[in-house]
Amino acid sequence: MICFSNFFNFTKNFLIIVVFSIFSYPAFADINNGDTAWVLTSTALVLFMTLPGLALFYAGLVNSKNVVSVLMQHFALACMVSVIWVILGYSLAFSEGNEWIGGFSNIFMNAIDVNSPSGSIPESLFATFQMTFAIITPALMIGAFVERIKFSAMLIFLSMWLLVVYVPVTHWVWGGGILSSWGTMDFAGGIVVHATAGTAALVTALTLGKRRGFPKSITPPHSPILTMIGASMLWIGWFGFNAGSALGANGGAGMAMLVTHISAATASLVWMFIEWRRFGKPSLIGIVTGMVAGLATVTPASGYIGVPGGLVLGFFGGLFCYLAVDYIRGKLQIDDSLDVFAVHGVGGILGTLLVAFLATSTFSGLGLAEGQTAVSQFFVQLKAVVLTVAWTSIFTYLILKITSFIVPLRVDEQEEIEGLDLRSHGEKGYHSD
Amino acid sequence: MKYFIAIIKPFKLDDVRNALTEIGVEGLTASEVRGFGRQRGQTEIYRGAEYSVSFVPKLKIEIAVPDEMQEAVHEALLQSASTGQIGDGKIFVLDLHSATRIRTGETENNAL
Repeated sequence: MICFSNFFNFTKNFLIIVVFSIFSYPAFADINNGDTAWVLTSTALVLFMTLPGLALFYAGLVNSKNVVSVLMQHFALACMVSVIWVILGYSLAFSEGNEWIGGFSNIFMNAIDVNSPSGSIPESLFATFQMTFAIITPALMIGAFVERIKFSAMLIFLSMWLLVVYVPVTHWVWGGGILSSWGTMDFAGGIVVHATAGTAALVTALTLGKRRGFPKSITPPHSPILTMIGASMLWIGWFGFNAGSALGANGGAGMAMLVTHISAATASLVWMFIEWRRFGKPSLIGIVTGMVAGLATVTPASGYIGVPGGLVLGFFGGLFCYLAVDYIRGKLQIDDSLDVFAVHGVGGILGTLLVAFLATSTFSGLGLAEGQTAVSQFFVQLKAVVLTVAWTSIFTYLILKITSFIVPLRVDEQEEIEGLDLRSHGEKGYHSD
Repeated sequence: MKYFIAIIKPFKLDDVRNALTEIGVEGLTASEVRGFGRQRGQTEIYRGAEYSVSFVPKLKIEIAVPDEMQEAVHEALLQSASTGQIGDGKIFVLDLHSATRIRTGETENNAL
């Protein structure tokens, strides 16, 4: 999100502005058509990641009696976050405030009109682009509590979570808050999206408790097909997520797209080969999980690194996330049901830390800020991660406790056995006739 | 009349159908079922976690034939459904008391 201001681009834009000014075209003078077109496209791509990408990805991984509930959770959440974002979220994240939180000056987006600019794109577009990030972040957490959460509890919990965790952290990093003043590098949301969602997922899984019968009698993913379709949509959408975060149609966006793709492909292969060697068979669920790991890992670094960085992040993203899945769900037996922390949390944090080294010219990166060395930048990144993980853990836990005073967090045992589809939503995913 | 119930591997259905029509069987009913026998179940692995599937998908076919065809049907089933591997299934034979074709009201061997 922190744009590398390209001097030539700037000069070019400046000249365009001057030329247009002469022909008295003042209202849209600083809006660049190319940039605007790309971010419009990216915004659609990032929404596509949640609806239906992530929804299908997760839906395929659960039991067939809970498939509707997972899809419903994504859809309802996307709608709810959109409304909260417009009313309050955007203002608190991106308008003038203090180091920790923005202000109320843009409540109901009242300061945005059709001509307001944000950099070289309209602010209405920037706010919508950011809205799609605000939608997918809590949606990622759905993977931690599937097959047992009460629908009303989810809505209450995630509404509060958006305002108390997502919005402040976004302000810290991209809204001119504390992490940006430290010089933290987070191009497209390793901290803002993946570290917050991953950490919160782990806390939620621990607070909510395991699914009935975990781990002994949990049923396998009911449709690897849906999961593969959803994963592929995530991959495509991620081009909007990372390359769109350049907020312009330029070389930075192109390079971000390239390294994003390379990291996803590399991590997929790493995951596939590990499983192939360990279990004798390369699995579809495995390779697509590796893909998500590679994408989450490259996200914070995508605008700062070159191709070698993409390969390195893909390799380590695939490896570390694989080990994390094994450790958290296998050894510790924490029912973070669809491995949100192991894949998104670990991947996002790993990429956030490694970017300090991979952004240097040694790895054909685009370079660090002046005066920073790889080591000093690493400690900036580490401090940012520690603050974010601590804040997220504490407030996620408190919000869950507050929610549990309003409604029970889990469905009752009978409903969990019969499935959330029929009992919570009155619908079935599959009919036999 | 005899009533055959055979549990077979799903991908063997076409072979079984061909073998039975060759010896003159004029109809059969197949349904998707799940069960276990000596094969127990099977193990599937997703993201490193092993899931034991204790009921394996099979096909159940049901055939009603005149008494004199019993041996031939039995032999045809045995040959066509066999792979020699564990999980090939079973054949059960029951005595059939009555049969009626609903459209015409024909009964017994005429209905088969």
